[in-house]
Amino acid sequence: MQTKVENNKAWFLVMPVFLIVAFSAIIPLMTVVNYSVQDIFDPYTRYFVGTEWFKQVMLDSRLHEALLRQFLYSFTILAIEVPLGICVALMMPTKGRGASLALILVAIPLLIPWNVVGTIWQIFGRADIGLFGAFMSGIGVDYNYASDPTDAWLTVVLMDVWHWTPLVALLCYSGLRAIPEVYYQAARIDQASRWAVFRYIQLPKLTNVLIIGVLLRFMDSFMIYTEPFVLTGGGPGSSTTFLSQSLVQQAIGQFDLGPAAAFSLVYFLIILLVCWVFYTTIMNMQKDK
Amino acid sequence: MAWMSWTLPTALFFIGIGVILVGMTTWQIISPTIERRGFLPLATTRGDRLFIGLLSSAFIHLAFVALTDVNIAVATVMCAFWMVILMRWG
Repeated sequence: MQTKVENNKAWFLVMPVFLIVAFSAIIPLMTVVNYSVQDIFDPYTRYFVGTEWFKQVMLDSRLHEALLRQFLYSFTILAIEVPLGICVALMMPTKGRGASLALILVAIPLLIPWNVVGTIWQIFGRADIGLFGAFMSGIGVDYNYASDPTDAWLTVVLMDVWHWTPLVALLCYSGLRAIPEVYYQAARIDQASRWAVFRYIQLPKLTNVLIIGVLLRFMDSFMIYTEPFVLTGGGPGSSTTFLSQSLVQQAIGQFDLGPAAAFSLVYFLIILLVCWVFYTTIMNMQKDK
Repeated sequence: MAWMSWTLPTALFFIGIGVILVGMTTWQIISPTIERRGFLPLATTRGDRLFIGLLSSAFIHLAFVALTDVNIAVATVMCAFWMVILMRWG
């Protein structure tokens, strides 16, 4: 008879992670909660204000507009990056040197630091010295991301698609490589069409990696700061000012730590809610199957 | 710890969360949870219901703060009832 072996030493191996998370996330979050109920001038000069900052933040029209822009942005890039990432993964070679080369080429945008991505697109989009800007001018489109809100949006979205579609593509590529050959053999015996193979074999097998991809991209895009800050500075006007940029303006620009802390907590709760809804919906869809 | 700018209400809040987590962990060790379906439209474990309860309570508090001038303690009492209902029948 086999007895269950219990080894609690594993907990000690996990301890460093607990400590890192405590110092990098839990303690700062506790401090933010403390700040959100006080008017802070410095750590020793502070006044308890209760829920005043929360009321101010919840009724702030700038927050509502930034939140709307943020959702629009996140859903736009998800709607583009997920199908595009799947298409790229399906078209990538599976064997030989071509596969290695394709993997390296696809991964290159992921290796570039965020502020550099912003700078690249800042130059790329300029009509006088940038390839994209010059191309748009060349085909007769009056394109200027610095003065036109639509152009600014288009550039910010294109930049994100260029930067992060490779992540979705690589995740899908790994998911596709993990599908056993027997599935394809069965499909060939049944004379299944290319679409049927995708719909009934590849897509269901990609569900898990797509969950990770969608969650990662949603959370990351919902917290986006550096690239739009470098590219458009939130402008023209406030057309590309997303939540994190509004938050930074409030916390660091105006040094309103109390309202900024309340803003951060509302922001955190929204991310938590949306991620939970995504995760639960997708996991339940899998269970129902 | 002074740099964290503690106040009594926030300290009590975190002590409350800590007690709930320790209590739930102990409960789980003594009597492991079984996934079940209540009035919520999905099968949940005890931990799931706690998470849903805490998250919904946070939003109830925010809604109270934003939409009414009623004392926040009213929202807290309502959320306590909501948590009990959710944990028992959710």
